[in-house]
Amino acid sequence: MHTSSSSPIVPAAAGWSRRRWLQGLGGATLAASGALRLAWAQGPGMRGRCVVVMLRGALDGLAAVPAPGDPQWAALRGPLAEGAEAPLALDGFFALHPALRGLHGWYGSGELLVVHAVASPYRERSHFDAQQLLESGGERPFALSTGWIGRALPPGAARAVALAPAMPLALRGSEDATTWTPTRRAAPDDDLAARVARLYAQDPVLAARWQQVRALPVAPLADRADAADMAGEGDAMAPNAQTSASPRAVGAGFAALATQAGRFLAEPQGPAVAWLELGGWDTHTQQGPRLQRQLAALDGGLLALRAALGPLWADTTVLVMTEFGRSARPNGSGGTDHGTAGVAFVAGGAVAGGRVLADWPGLSPAQLHEGRDLRPTTDLRSLQRALLARHLGTDETRLSREVLPGSPASARGLWREA
Amino acid sequence: MQTPAHAPALAAHRFGLGEPRLDTIGRDPLAWVLGQWDAPQAFDASGLPDGAEALALTRAALRAVNTPGPDNDRQALVQANQRALQRRWAHMVGTATPVHERWVQFWANHFTVAATKGATLGVVWPYEREAIRPHVDGRFTALLRAATLHPAMLLYLDNAQSVGPGSPAGRRRERGLNENHARELLELHTVGVHAGYTQADVTELARLLTGWTVEPGTGVARFVPARHEPGDKRVMGRRYAEGPQALDAVLEDLATHPATAQHLAQRLVRHFVADTPPEPLVRAVARRCADTGGDLRQTARALFDHELAWQAHAPGKARTPEELHIAAHRLLGRPVGPAQRWTNALAALGQPPGRAPSPQGWPDTEADWLGADALRQRVAWAVQLGEQAGPQTDARALAREAFGAALSERTRTEIERADSGAQALALLLASPEMQRR
Repeated sequence: MHTSSSSPIVPAAAGWSRRRWLQGLGGATLAASGALRLAWAQGPGMRGRCVVVMLRGALDGLAAVPAPGDPQWAALRGPLAEGAEAPLALDGFFALHPALRGLHGWYGSGELLVVHAVASPYRERSHFDAQQLLESGGERPFALSTGWIGRALPPGAARAVALAPAMPLALRGSEDATTWTPTRRAAPDDDLAARVARLYAQDPVLAARWQQVRALPVAPLADRADAADMAGEGDAMAPNAQTSASPRAVGAGFAALATQAGRFLAEPQGPAVAWLELGGWDTHTQQGPRLQRQLAALDGGLLALRAALGPLWADTTVLVMTEFGRSARPNGSGGTDHGTAGVAFVAGGAVAGGRVLADWPGLSPAQLHEGRDLRPTTDLRSLQRALLARHLGTDETRLSREVLPGSPASARGLWREA
Repeated sequence: MQTPAHAPALAAHRFGLGEPRLDTIGRDPLAWVLGQWDAPQAFDASGLPDGAEALALTRAALRAVNTPGPDNDRQALVQANQRALQRRWAHMVGTATPVHERWVQFWANHFTVAATKGATLGVVWPYEREAIRPHVDGRFTALLRAATLHPAMLLYLDNAQSVGPGSPAGRRRERGLNENHARELLELHTVGVHAGYTQADVTELARLLTGWTVEPGTGVARFVPARHEPGDKRVMGRRYAEGPQALDAVLEDLATHPATAQHLAQRLVRHFVADTPPEPLVRAVARRCADTGGDLRQTARALFDHELAWQAHAPGKARTPEELHIAAHRLLGRPVGPAQRWTNALAALGQPPGRAPSPQGWPDTEADWLGADALRQRVAWAVQLGEQAGPQTDARALAREAFGAALSERTRTEIERADSGAQALALLLASPEMQRR
């Protein structure tokens, strides 16, 4: 395997990556984060905030973060290697899709880590099984029916909010997780709320949910168009309606949701965790223009999140993940089919960024997984674990036993300080 | 344990779409349910565009997106969709065979096609009428074939664009295989993801499916030999010779595979009975499905005729937003009204019509539908409908007549204590009896 252009996460940093690490540190915007961190801490072992962004539909990691430095790259990717715009250079070996301009800026300021050739333990190619596994944190699909974030949330101390119409599996398992979507309807008045509470008294599920409703933040959005977009009422006739497939957000809707997430987190007693999702990554056809739009929406949303977080960005970590990668070769329709390893992003004010972390497996036919997919060399769970350990204070024993059973130890060196 | 007193309410609400008066079900709820397969109320599609016409409307509208000037083509497509939706909902609100209608909707969701990409913007409703509705009472093989080969599905899952790399067209035009349809055909439509097939089976099935495409001029599905991958294909241990006949052979094999009966039974029981499907019921349905070669009417009979289908399974299924909306209109005897109003209401409740989030279709468990935010939307919906219909409705009588012995003391009391007719109806619509089935 070829590792000279990249750095493994878990093993001690090799010479090259050590150099990159130091460069990243030097270039970072070193805001005075220490005092803020204390101010925002919520409970024992907890610090800052975290945001998980789930890209549903399987992002093509080789398109988001191309590897033109790999000798096989151009021949393997064929037409998908040629973009209308040149990729944005990262470290000479890897590059960033041109739609990810904001993230490229973060990379330059040391606030973005790119983790490549990463995958969950799942090795098949079903979206639904892969998402179940990624969100549940189990070792096999449907082995667990609650989620890794839900199981990690300390009761009462940390709340989590999903900006999604239904509770995502990742947050299930905690009574302190809730969901939020924009609404144009007023909150129920106190009298009706009390009557509904009595109505639901003998239905434990509805009673618990109704109690959450009454605790939900009410923050109607000013921009009705954004709300409509988020609610999936976007223009069904739009030529890019492919991406506005569901109640899940796209485009400006995603940016509005990300802004709202940032506002929730930035409240003094705000939740510790926010969950965002963006669908539309299942690019079986005409991948080029679709990914251009999708990645631009992701990029714009992450910038909006940061803006809404304000000074809290200094101790917030964002993990962007997807259920699996796509076939390394394009298919016959200008797209890609379901694959294995892909890319994840770790971003935030304290992230030791400006690096691509990858134990790069190579792209020659013999190096591909089953001759067709990027081979996974980093376990995504090591990033999930590191996130929970840092921000929720979850200890390693619980992480190994309950939260992400069977996972490798937390990735080290993701933040500028331990 | 379920008492017989609840049986009419279960027939009306768990298996049907809600009835304003349980006494219309008669003394034998099982007979009421099973009798719906004898004479299902026909869907009146007169004046609605068929699939080919809808595809032509879609093409014109997509062309018009980039053309300046008034967008009449686009308006025509929007109106065609709204007419189709209005007719569909009117059928569901008015039907005398609601259990059979649920059966149709189950299969439409099993074989999801969504208006989430340009080419499928107009074909979801014609697809339901042409590929699903006529085939839900026959053999599963016929339904599978109709769904697989409808232009809507070929476009939705990209098979229309898939070309055999070794075919004349593949060699000439540098286009090739797209395995999306093949994968979902195995994973979602037939044997299920745990049936033991491999990536090689997916690729081989994709090769077998090449050539089946949508003719641009006419909008109909057809086999184009020049796009078909030459040579034999091997799918799940069986060999299929080159040519269009391979599709019928592989669909028959997949439709009658034991894993398919198991997969379908699991989904059916989860939909109609409980989020955690009782195993003996799944086994009984799967066995009947397998023993009858996939006779869907017999499969339905095995499901509804089983004791476990008539027992309470706490906490009860959550009605989807569309079921909830239809049940409320049936209870209140309200006409459907403009389709756009329903579309907005359903989108706010998390189920924009025709836009299922993935080929897996709309989800089917309480966890997917009764999150806190969703519940807030549902109660807000109940309040709004209560304000519209409450003043002219006696919610107390309606609750009694529509839920009978299944009406809880708690719900009855809260409705009686309401401070207005509007609030009483809102509480009935928000009640566990109404939200669940």
